[in-house]
Amino acid sequence: MNFKLASSPHQHVRRNTGQVMRMVILALLPGVLLQTWFFGWGTLVQVMLAIITVVVTEAAILELRKKDFESAIKDYSAILTAVLLAISIPPFAPWWIVVLGSFFAIAIVKQLYGGLGFNVFNPAMAGYVMLLISFPVQMTQWLPPAGLAQYSHNFNDALYVIFTGFSVDGFSIAQLKTDYDGVTMATPLDTAKTAIAQNLTYSESIELPIFDSLVPGIGVASSWISLGYLLGGLYLIKQKVINWHIPVGMLTTTVVCAIIMSIADSDVYPSGIFHLLNGSIIIGAFFIATDPVSACTTNKGRLVFGAAIGFWVYVIRTWGGYPDAVAFAVLIMNMAVPLIDYYTRPRTYGHSPIKTNKRGINDE
Amino acid sequence: MNELKELTWQGLWKNNPALVQLLGLCPLLAVTATLTNGLGLGLATTLVLIGSNTCVSIIRNWVPSEIRIPIFVMIIAAFVTIVQLLMNAYTFKLYQALGIFIPLIVTNCAIIGRAEAYASKNTIGKSAFDGFMMGMGFTLVLILLGGFRELLGYGTLFDGANLLLGDWATSLKITVFETDSPFLLAILPPGAFLGMGLLIALKNVLDNHMENIFAANKKSKVVERARVTTES
Repeated sequence: MNFKLASSPHQHVRRNTGQVMRMVILALLPGVLLQTWFFGWGTLVQVMLAIITVVVTEAAILELRKKDFESAIKDYSAILTAVLLAISIPPFAPWWIVVLGSFFAIAIVKQLYGGLGFNVFNPAMAGYVMLLISFPVQMTQWLPPAGLAQYSHNFNDALYVIFTGFSVDGFSIAQLKTDYDGVTMATPLDTAKTAIAQNLTYSESIELPIFDSLVPGIGVASSWISLGYLLGGLYLIKQKVINWHIPVGMLTTTVVCAIIMSIADSDVYPSGIFHLLNGSIIIGAFFIATDPVSACTTNKGRLVFGAAIGFWVYVIRTWGGYPDAVAFAVLIMNMAVPLIDYYTRPRTYGHSPIKTNKRGINDE
Repeated sequence: MNELKELTWQGLWKNNPALVQLLGLCPLLAVTATLTNGLGLGLATTLVLIGSNTCVSIIRNWVPSEIRIPIFVMIIAAFVTIVQLLMNAYTFKLYQALGIFIPLIVTNCAIIGRAEAYASKNTIGKSAFDGFMMGMGFTLVLILLGGFRELLGYGTLFDGANLLLGDWATSLKITVFETDSPFLLAILPPGAFLGMGLLIALKNVLDNHMENIFAANKKSKVVERARVTTES
């Protein structure tokens, strides 16, 4: 008889990387479908473009590095990166935006650092930030959600806009961006930020049409999309693909910061629920910050990591130059991961807690 | 003659101040947004290097070793001031474009490094030649990095060459591709760091490649090992 020796943890159900990544992609589906419903077919076109780019890039670079690229592509990690990047960018952004971003994410951020398991930064978010600082115009062209837009658009329109810049009927992206009043629309976070900067109070700013939804202060589309991603995130926690520490730490910190500031001055600082359901914080908390490679590895560390991301999200959203901040916050904290891991090492079973002196060096 | 060849090889490739010693990175990363800026700063640094190396070599026997560093710095600062005034007079636009990074040549570690490591121990001619070659190595990297970033960012090469070389150089500008939305990452500081990393990687790849070729040529005869025992 052959007894197989394997190191701990001894799981009854062995999962390989591919299965985990496929489950994460599956969990993204409700959110992606809702996003497609509200913002049109562009989202799915971008996802396809991104997947093609990452597979080609990953295969080419692994071939250059003389590694087996078949198994590396079958682990679905690159495809997950592609999906996360594609749903972060505006659905009708030109095709070269998503191609460039996916190439950068895989070639520079992932493979140059040594491939899966060695990247310091979250590839999807690094690709997104690269695009955001390089092409601010194309990266902020979010269309009004379905029901608010002046012109409707179908699958063909999405393909035409992405590849030529004009829809089948010849509307440019600037025309498609107008809402039923003929006014160009911004995202909820951007709208509120601009309104508050123009000396409107927060309660006045949320009476604008984009906030016309069930709960006051929440964007029409963003509330539903956020709930879709929340559903997927809870499924991942139930399946033990991710731990609760990072999402809980991150969401609690942002909301607590928002509540404290809004108690201090509710005219200028939006409420906690506004920060929770607008923008990309839900998908960030459950799908992006929990990336097993670039996040902390201890449970205590994950709480600190998540809380710090939540803090940065609030700070950059409120006082920074950009309306949303999940990508920046995740990248900032990726840099701090080794430090957090160092100070949150768990006690080894049967040993007394690690004593460290002022310089952080083990005394024993 | 052999010594000069060695100095050339050291300055341009093997001991390149930017790619191997990683000295003077601050101006290197900050001003290489375009090829012309890189070339301008490279030439200024080369002039300072030649001047300071020569002077340090002349006075090397009279400088007490306890206070040699302040003396070297003062010599370098004098040459930087000369270069700065010259650029202010003859290439004013470029002088404005490079801004604070011209006076900051004083703090370029590559210059004081050569003064300390080479010029203070060698004769005048060799020291001047060493300064020239080290400066050329530095300039070459600045040109490569500036060209790389300008090409990616704006799609042009030699844009603004007239600031450095006079009006005739306006025709040097090459437009490789037209773009409405410049690739800002390449022009901003992150592009400099990424480009520098890629250049160093490229140099290492070339070095490894050459080493493998040499090793393959030099491979001595392999003695076949005869097996005396039977297969176990």
